[in-house]
This record gives sequence, structure tokens and C-alpha cells, in this order.
Amino acid sequence: MSKPKVAFYWCASCGGCEETVVDLAEDILGVVEKVDIVLWPVAMDFKYKDIESMPDRSIVATLLNGAIRTSEQEEMAVLLRRKSQYLIAYGACAHLGGIPALANQFSREQILKFNYEDCPGMVNERKTRPQLHFEENGCSPHLPEFRNVVRTLDQVVDVDFYIPGCPPTPNLTKAAFDALLSGKLPPKGSVLAPDSALCDECDRKKTKPSDIAFLEFKRPHQALFDPEKCFLAQGVVCMGPATRSGCGAVCTSGNMPCTGCFGPTSRVRDQGAKILSSLCANIGPRDEEGINKVLEGIPDPVGTFYRYGLAKSLLRRKVNLPTSGNGH
Amino acid sequence: MTDPSKSPNGGWTPRIVAFFCNWCTYTAADLAGVSRLKYSSNIRVIRLMCSGRVDPQFILDAFSRGADGVLIGGCHPNDCHYVEGNYKMLRRFQLLKRMLADLGIEEQRLRLEWISAAEGEKVKRVVNEMTTQIKALGPLGMPEKFRDWDQEVIELAHHVEKSGAAACCCGSAAAPKDSKAEVAHV
Ligand code: SF4
Ligand code: SF4
Ligand code: FES
Repeated sequence: MSKPKVAFYWCASCGGCEETVVDLAEDILGVVEKVDIVLWPVAMDFKYKDIESMPDRSIVATLLNGAIRTSEQEEMAVLLRRKSQYLIAYGACAHLGGIPALANQFSREQILKFNYEDCPGMVNERKTRPQLHFEENGCSPHLPEFRNVVRTLDQVVDVDFYIPGCPPTPNLTKAAFDALLSGKLPPKGSVLAPDSALCDECDRKKTKPSDIAFLEFKRPHQALFDPEKCFLAQGVVCMGPATRSGCGAVCTSGNMPCTGCFGPTSRVRDQGAKILSSLCANIGPRDEEGINKVLEGIPDPVGTFYRYGLAKSLLRRKVNLPTSGNGH
Repeated sequence: MTDPSKSPNGGWTPRIVAFFCNWCTYTAADLAGVSRLKYSSNIRVIRLMCSGRVDPQFILDAFSRGADGVLIGGCHPNDCHYVEGNYKMLRRFQLLKRMLADLGIEEQRLRLEWISAAEGEKVKRVVNEMTTQIKALGPLGMPEKFRDWDQEVIELAHHVEKSGAAACCCGSAAAPKDSKAEVAHV
């Protein structure tokens, strides 16, 4: 019997998710033994046309990491969707937009202008920018389009499962493979991680205050943290209460507050609004001036509360940015 | 069903979602009605037990489903039936309005007012004022924005379908999944 076919693909991502697959360490051998990897651009050489020529649904599972920003990523998402029985959004960017989705606060023009003209060290006197089509030595290459909006994978194609995390942990990845290979899969649309808040698996939960009155918020570079006390008790924004567990609380055990990369539990639709709600309810002062003074410690609520989830938030993007059409 | 955002003559008119606390502002709105104080018909009132029950997710959800403005009404300081609810709302409001400004939503679209059960007149003033301000701003139109934003994805899908496998590598068109298919949980 032939081994089940598996594909890995990357879109707008940093490469960290690929690392996690490699971090399976010896476990990866177990996986590789049981499957036939048909596409994995970071590690092996395959051509897209090999995928195109495969029958539809002949790949058992595709693990796709990265947000969707370019037309090429969209095309690959659509192609892999068609060729796969299960399409899995792997990692925070495919799941929620991730760090790349913070760009949803800026227009396409602002981003291109900064990167090709204004950024420090840029020398580009003719203000050249990438073109979709151009002539070069008799060839006419075609480049992917840079879209106006950063999207999650499920905002482009239908997704079967989500593996959360920036990046996902090897444990979750291995558990997902075990589930896939044994056919013991949860209902479609599930996030393959526990459906409880991170605080539940955090060692600091013992000291999590049930009643707290914040008088200030300190940012990570502004204080030395007690290695055992709940971050909230230290006046530090911790996304734990609004974030799904499953990472093993790696950040809080490394003495850093959780920044929310696993996204919300199934009972929360908008992670940012949820943490805003719970933090603000517990601010000490009752008058506007006093409240705002405390809130000065959160200078960038969008970047803090939607660090990984802006694309998937209720508003998705700064609402007054131009878009219309393809912007060219 | 008639589109509530269309006035009888077909033009646009604001849609304001109002979250009113049961003990004060909702009673005041009732009083305004009984006293035949005319206030603009642009608000859709949702009664909650306390302004402290207004989850910021409700507010974002209202905007994302087509509200042009959101008004929250609660009891005056020291008068909340549950003691702390209105202070909780005030604190959330302070940060939420800053965050919404960062996300490009004009300040006048979100308003918090303390209105006691006796202040029917204030309901009328606040609602009318807000309606005028939002009329001046024009529609927020999030559902239309979402459609506009996703046009680029739909265009590619159409293009792919038309050109078959010739220009692009894929065939079947994928319309972006309706983000509203998901319900808001609290
Ligand atoms: S440190 Fe963060 S994750 Fe841990 S208990 Fe406190 S709030 Fe929850
Ligand atoms: S502690 Fe939070 S930020 Fe860190 S890995 Fe876990 S979910 Fe992600
Ligand atoms: S009961 Fe009216 S604001 Fe709490």
C-alpha cells in the first residue's frame, strides 16, 4: 500500500513554522517513515507543476503556514485546497493573520513607499518598484501581485483544521500527525489544541489575583519580573486569560508574559476586545483622568491585543484605508 | 424585508445600535416614549441589565454588521444597581475609543452617556445629537467594506476560472468564506 501523501507549504511567514517541523527531531523520522512528502519548498526540491498534475484530493493533508498577502499565495492556497483532503492552517499567521497582519494598519501604498523609498539605508533614486509585468532581455516575467489586505487562510479558501502558535509546538504538531494518520479527527473547523485559557496551564495561576485594581501597566522592558508571580499581579499585560492553552505556557515559564499567539478559545470571537474588557474592568481609578493615566501604560492597544490576530478580528483591518480593486 | 438603513425616500440614514441598562437608561427611553418626546428613529435599542454587561465584542460586532454608531447608556456614577458596572464600562470605553481611533473609526461613532430613569429628555437630546453627527460623517458601512476588500480575491478566482489552467495553476474558484458565518461568543 502506498504511503499517505503530505505537503508543507509557506506563504507570508518568517520560516519559524518550518523550524517546528524540523524540531520534531527524531519524531520526524517516524512521520517521514509513514508519509510521502510531495511538497516542501523549504527543504526539498519540487516543482509546482508536479502538484498541478496530481489528481484532486490525492494529498491526504497539506499543512500551510503563513498569512495570504500576494496573488501567488492565493493561487497556491486554491491549488493545494483542491489537491488535498485536509487543508490545515499551520501556525498563527495562517490561523489568525499573525505578525504579518499588523500590516493591516497601513495601506499598500504606505508599505511600498516605505520599503522602496523611505526606509533607512534605501538607495533608489529612480524610485523603482516591483512591476507585475516587465521586459528584460527579451523575456517578460510576471510577478505576483501585492494585495491590499493581509488575510488568514480561511479568508481565502475553506480550511479543515487549525494548528495554533507562533510557532506551533512540536507536541501539537506530532499530536496532529498522530490524529491524521490514525483517522481520529475532531469535527471540521477545530483548532487542534485544548479549548481552555492559557492560565489553566500556567504555573503562576496560584498567584493570579481574583480581585485586582491596576494602578499602572508596565511594559516588559520597564521592569524586572518576579519569576513566580502572575504577571497581572505585577501590573504587566498578560494575554493569558484571553488566549488558548496548549503551548505549555512556554513564555510565562520563561519569565515573559503571554502575547497571545495561540489565539482565543472557541467561546471568544475577538481576542483583543476580550482582553481589553477584562483588563479595563480591573483598573483602580473611577474617574476619566485617573483611568487614562493608568491606560498610558498601554500605548498601542492594537499592537498589544491583536499582535497575532488583527486579520481575524471583527474589524480585520484599519477601516478607512483605501482599497478598491487591485490598486494598479 | 425593508432595509432599515434606507429612509422612505431611498436615501441613506444612520443606523445606531444602543445598549441601554435596564435600570436607568432603558427606563428613560421608555419614559421618553410615554411622554411623546420625539427622538429620531435611527436607534435600535438593546436592553441589558447593566452597562457593565456591554462586552466590547458586542460593540465591534455591531460595527462589523453594519451599525454606523453605537450608543451606550448607563446609570450615573454611584447609581449603578450592581455598584461597579458603570465604572467598568467607563474604563473599557476609555481604551476602546482610543483603539477604535487607531483603527480608523471616528470618535463620534461611539458614545457613552449616563442617563437616569427620570431623564427622558436627555435620551431625546443625545439620540438626536448623535444622529445628526453621524449623518454628517456618512455611513461606516463595514459589510460593504468587507465586500470591497475581498473583491481582489474574488477577481483572482474569476480570472483563474476563465483562463483555466493556462495562466494560473489552479482551477476552482474560491469565494472568501463569509466572516460573518461565525457567531459572536462571549
Ligand atoms: S501569568 Fe498570565 S497566563 Fe499565567 S496565570 Fe497570570 S495571566 Fe494567566
Ligand atoms: S505563552 Fe502565549 S505567546 Fe507564548 S507560546 Fe504560549 S500562547 Fe504563544
Ligand atoms: S445597572 Fe445601570 S449601569 Fe449598572
